[in-house]
Formats: sequence, structure tokens, C-alpha cells
Amino acid sequence: MEDISFASQLLQYTITGITIGSVYAMVAIGFNTIYNVTEAINFAQGEFVMLGGLVMVFFRVTLNIPVVFSLPLAILVVTVVGILLDRLAIRPIRKPSVLALIIATIGASFFIRGAAMFIWGKNPFDLPPFSGRHPISFLGAVVQPQGLWVMGFLVVVVIVLTIFFDRTIMGKALRACAVNANASSLVGINVKQMILVSFALSAAIGALGGIVITPISLMEYDRGAMLAVKGFSACVLGGMGSFPGAVTGGLMIGLIESLGAGLISSGYKDVFALSVLLLVLFVKPSGLLGDVEVSKIRKF
Amino acid sequence: MPNDSRPRKHKTVIHLTGFGLGLVLLPVLAQWISLVEHYMDVMVFVGIYSIVTMGLCLLMGYAGQISLGHASFFGVGAYISGVMTVRYGVNPWFCLILGMGASAAVALLIGGPSLKLKGHYLAMATLAFCIIITVIFNESIGLTGGPDGLAFIPGISIMGWALDSVVKYYYFVWSIVLVVLLLCLNIIRSRVGRALRSIHSSEMAASAVGVNVAKYKIYVFVLSGVLASVAGSLYAHYLNFINPASFDLFVSIKLVIMIILGGMHSLWGAVVGAMLITFLSYEWLHYFEDAEVMVYGAIVLIIVIFLPGGVVSIPEKVKGVWGRG
Repeated sequence: MEDISFASQLLQYTITGITIGSVYAMVAIGFNTIYNVTEAINFAQGEFVMLGGLVMVFFRVTLNIPVVFSLPLAILVVTVVGILLDRLAIRPIRKPSVLALIIATIGASFFIRGAAMFIWGKNPFDLPPFSGRHPISFLGAVVQPQGLWVMGFLVVVVIVLTIFFDRTIMGKALRACAVNANASSLVGINVKQMILVSFALSAAIGALGGIVITPISLMEYDRGAMLAVKGFSACVLGGMGSFPGAVTGGLMIGLIESLGAGLISSGYKDVFALSVLLLVLFVKPSGLLGDVEVSKIRKF
Repeated sequence: MPNDSRPRKHKTVIHLTGFGLGLVLLPVLAQWISLVEHYMDVMVFVGIYSIVTMGLCLLMGYAGQISLGHASFFGVGAYISGVMTVRYGVNPWFCLILGMGASAAVALLIGGPSLKLKGHYLAMATLAFCIIITVIFNESIGLTGGPDGLAFIPGISIMGWALDSVVKYYYFVWSIVLVVLLLCLNIIRSRVGRALRSIHSSEMAASAVGVNVAKYKIYVFVLSGVLASVAGSLYAHYLNFINPASFDLFVSIKLVIMIILGGMHSLWGAVVGAMLITFLSYEWLHYFEDAEVMVYGAIVLIIVIFLPGGVVSIPEKVKGVWGRG
């Protein structure tokens, strides 16, 4: 065993942290998308991530379809699940209070998790990385090529979403709903349809997160809950509803977790991210990049 | 609803008497029917979970806040009782009170800051709390026994009279349930209860007429945490064995599901829900164990969409349909 210097060890943890943090960021973006329109937390967000990974395994490994086709296919399938979630579980609620929405998504997450267990069983699944398993050496640390894919896709998601929200009518309508749903409906925006779009969008982003992380950390039916909690911590840390906040928060949670696990104790890995969540709630509930004024107006 | 407090009170007394009588008679009846004899054991757990859900019902149905960390308060009670009696030989009753104190302190610590904010920050804080507590139970092996659990927890006795049979424990647990039920019913009827209901219908209106919204929410949250802790201690002394899996996020959500199934806005619903879900998970779902998670999910969705008032609202609905026909 060769001796690894502390500096390269630190670099290694940082790289790992940014990789997993990118996935948390995608989960957080998914949370924000739905939160902005409905003011509710979608507890089934982690289930989208889990489904993304497992559906990708089905297309890529079981059916042996190349990544170029299986990746959009997997995203499409999970997006349909997101749409179904809205149509079957969210829209039929007669008095859609935030509490009722939260409870419905909790129920849906249990249902999806149970269904996934029926389909795939309890064992974790592996997925071949998009481009080889040969790690790249970088200043004494090791970078998985898949890690680069993860970070790359986060950048793509951010760019695509920025264009979507700034340049398209639908994106602008979504932003309008986020500011004030009632006023939006008065100017002719179909809020119900926007809720549907937000579920589809956040399912797609979540699925992508699951797809890119599966080659690194495998995927099994009950992984969703923890991924959701971490993504959620990222959301709160960055400020609920803020997209730059989601990315910053995600990367920070990933770093905190990876450094905490490496330098302090790996058994308490999950505690670090969640202590940050508690700390932010207690000290600065609007988050690092959240808007204090907006959070005062919000019902949620 | 104007001027109906007297008949309503009357009705509650009838309900309570019937409930109490049924509880007393159940073990006698169960003795004769061998098929349901072991149901007494399940009923003890129903009682224990009812204590948790009644507190949670006040929080969710009346204060309109959701907690995903009640299994942790339940666990704090159980582990304080378990660890203190097994490792240090402390008196179980003292442990029970110690657990209550600890849970109250933790509830204040978590609920205080997050309930002062508007919205559902409590759900997030308790979610984090629940996972942190589970990790602590799993990792501090020297004290808690880690994932393997903590065994040989002594039973509890009242003034030297050991509660060493299922039926004795059944009566013990359910008398506590009755006391808690009375306590909660009284809270709902009191100034606090009216304040809570006003918060649930409109926080803004409540604070406008001078209700200290945060204070009442924190009060209920602490109370529900303490009740969960009591239930946890009873659980540890009954089962004589605890492990972290009995207090994780899944259990927290199961507790919430109990309330939703029974009916969020009724204490009776809390008891009914605890009973249905406990029987489901201890008895009926054995046959298709793997479907458990999916069944719970389906139950929640069906209730939220078709029966927001929970199971206890069925009689009213039936009456409505009957009346129309």
C-alpha cells in the first residue's frame, strides 16, 4: 500500500463530494421545480431518482440498448411516471391544502417504492459506466470517468433550465406561478397544467440524477428516501425555491458529507448533511441564497 | 356549531363508557375464542401506538403540522428505559419519567425554532432528527447494542406487583390509553383546543385575534413528543427487546399513516387508525409481506383522495347518503 499524502486525500474527498453533490443538486432542482408551483414538498422526489437508475438498468443491461438511446428512453419513462403521479394522486384531491399534498406524495413514494421492489427485487443493480472504468489520476487523487459525466450533466441541466425559464413561454408561465398562482390564473395561465409540467420536469431531472449515479454507487429500490432527504437538505441550505441555491446547496452538502465521512467518521456520514439542515432551519431558514422577503409571503 | 356542547359532551361520555367496557370485556371474550387469543398481544401494541397517535393527532389534526420524527421520540423513550435499566439497573418508573423529560427537551429544541416559522418547516426538521437519531442508535454500539438491538430489558411492576402476563400488561397499557384520551379530549375542549382549531383554519386570523400561534404549536408538539416517549418506555418493557429498526423513518411515516387512515381530525380516529395499521402489519400482512410498503402507499392515496376524513368519517358519510336516498 503506497502512502497517500494528506493533500491528495483531501482532494480525493473533494472530488467524491462534488460528484455526489451534483446528484444532490439535481434532486434539489427537482424539489424546487414542484415547490415553486405548488408550495408543497414532493416526498416522492427520491423515488424518481431511484426509478431513473433502475429503468436505465432495464434498458441498458437487460435489453442491451446503447446509452445514447437508453438514456432518453429511461428519462421518458420516469417522466411519464411523474405525469401519472400528478394526474392520479395530486389532481384528484378535492381540497388541495399543502398538508394534503405532502401526505399524498408520501403515499405515492411508498407506492412507487413497493412497486419497484416487486419489479426489481431487493438487490442493488450495477450499470456499466458511460465511458470505461479506467480511473484517471489527477494530482495523486483518482477521478472516475463517470464522475465527470455526472458533473457534466449537472452543467447541461443548469444551462437547459436557464434557457427554459428565461426564453420559453412555458418556462415563464412556470415562473409566474411560482410568484403568485392566483394572479397567474387571472392572466390566463392554466395553473393545473403548470403543476403537471412541474411534476414532469422534476421527474425528468430526478431520473437523470439516478441514471448518472448508478454506475458509481449502484441502485436499489429503497435508495430514494435517503437521496431525497439529502437533496432536500441541499434545497434548504441553498434557499427553498432558488435554482442557483439548489446547485450551491447540493455541492456543499456533497462536500460536507464526503469530508465528514473521510475525516471524522464514516458511520455518521448521514448525520453531517442532516445537521446542516437543522442548523440552517434554526439559524437562517431562508437559506444561503433564498429571498427573505419571498419566504415571508409564502404559505409554506 | 352553536349550542350543542351539552349533547356533545353527553355523547362523548357514552362513547367513552362503551369504549371502556369493550376494553374490559375483550380479554374475557378472547379467552373463549382460541382463534383470537393471541390478539391480546397485538392489542397491547395497539394501545402503545395509540398513545403516540393521539399526541400526533393533536399536532396534525388540530395544529395542522406534520411530524416525521415521532418514531424518534418513541425511540428516545424506549432507549432511555432500555439502556438505563439494562446497563445501570435504574428503576423502570424513573426511566419512564427521565425519558419524558428528555423528549420534552428535544421537542423544545427542535420544535421551538422550526415552529416559530410559518409553514411546514417542522416536517423537515423532524425528518432530519429522525434519521440522525436512527444513526445514533445504530452507531453507539457500546450503549445501545447497535443494529443487533438491546435485549433483556426487565419488565415493569406496580408497587411490587409484576405485570408479567399479556393480559395484565394489556389492562395496564389501555388504562394509560384511557387517561391520555381523557387528557386529550379535555385539551381539545379547553382554551388551548379552541386556539389550536383556529390556527388550523387560519393562522393569520388566529394571530389577528391574539392567539399566540407559535406558543400553542410548540406546546402541542412537546406534549405529543412526551406521549410518544411514554409509549416507547412501555414498548421496551413489554417486548424486553428493542432495535433501531423499530424507530426509523419508516415507523415515523407509519405513525402518520395511522392518523390519516383513522381520521386526522378526531382522537377516536387516532385510536382506530393505530388499531387498523397495527393489525395490518402484525397480523394480516404476514401473508404477503413484501407488499407491505405498497399497501401503505395505496391506503394513503385512497384516503387522501376519497375519504379525507378517514375511517371515522364513514358513518357520517353513510348517514348522508341514506338521508338523501
